[in-house]
Amino acid sequence: MDVIGHYNYWVSIVLMMAGFYMVIASANLVKKLVGLNVFQTAVFLLYITMSKVSVPDCAIDCGTAPIFKEGFTVYSNPLPSVLILTAIVVSVSTTAVALAIIVRIKEAYGSVEEDEMLRRDGE
Amino acid sequence: MDQGQGKGPRLITAVHDILLLTLLLVTTVAVVRLRNLVAVVMLLGLYSLLMAAVWLVLDAVDVAFTEAAVGAGITTFLLLAAVLLTGQEEKPPRRGPIGPLLIVAATGAVLLYATADMPPFGAPDNPIHRHVAPYYIDRSLDETGVPNMVTAVLASYRGYDTLGETTVIFTAGVAVLVLLGGRRRREDEIEEDE
Repeated sequence: MDVIGHYNYWVSIVLMMAGFYMVIASANLVKKLVGLNVFQTAVFLLYITMSKVSVPDCAIDCGTAPIFKEGFTVYSNPLPSVLILTAIVVSVSTTAVALAIIVRIKEAYGSVEEDEMLRRDGE
Repeated sequence: MDQGQGKGPRLITAVHDILLLTLLLVTTVAVVRLRNLVAVVMLLGLYSLLMAAVWLVLDAVDVAFTEAAVGAGITTFLLLAAVLLTGQEEKPPRRGPIGPLLIVAATGAVLLYATADMPPFGAPDNPIHRHVAPYYIDRSLDETGVPNMVTAVLASYRGYDTLGETTVIFTAGVAVLVLLGGRRRREDEIEEDE
């Protein structure tokens, strides 16, 4: 297993775990949401990494962005890009709804910290 | 072929890739450790911008400008607005970080072990490049007349799916309006009662 060949995958997993940690260790709802965003982007990184083509030992036609151009025949895979474009748009939609819910929670409980919300529920 | 010149593009890609991803890791560590949420949101914007640069290096140009506009732009704006409404400081957690750290380390170790089976980065004969992708690369220009393959798939082959995507945005917009619009009305009613 060579370092350059797998560095992207490793980074993607470390970022994923950083997001996961924020979601489970932080009591603040906004911080949890930031963690979810980091986790999502890490999954995107995993997909886009797989789409890249770079031919070893070549000078010009070694794999380029998937837009047709005279003189190029090797393109990176366009399908992960399509999938992740959709995922980014869905992710910003869910983030917006989650933030709206958090703002309402702040009004109802006076706090966005999990501990204080549970305490107020117990009262 | 001249070896020094021949390895050029691949080496440049690898250097940029590793440099940007290392910067991403540093930014993420700061995001995890900081307790001031305004700083966290600003760093998340920086994280998105770095990620957009990574997409550019990895040939996903459409994803790069969507990430720069949506991830670094709209998401940062929404999060900032929410932070200003809900408080800027995160309180220190009551429980220690040991339990979550153990869970995260165990999950991460399993996933890292799994990456050993992933095909090497950028090899042209990876399984993902040998299935349906060659169809779009060979034929999408003739069939749709759009030079950008990502746009061809998004707007032509999968047009209905993109229509569904706009439905998702619409639904989210309606949900946010319902959640936050009702609040303003209730405040008005309270003022009228007073």
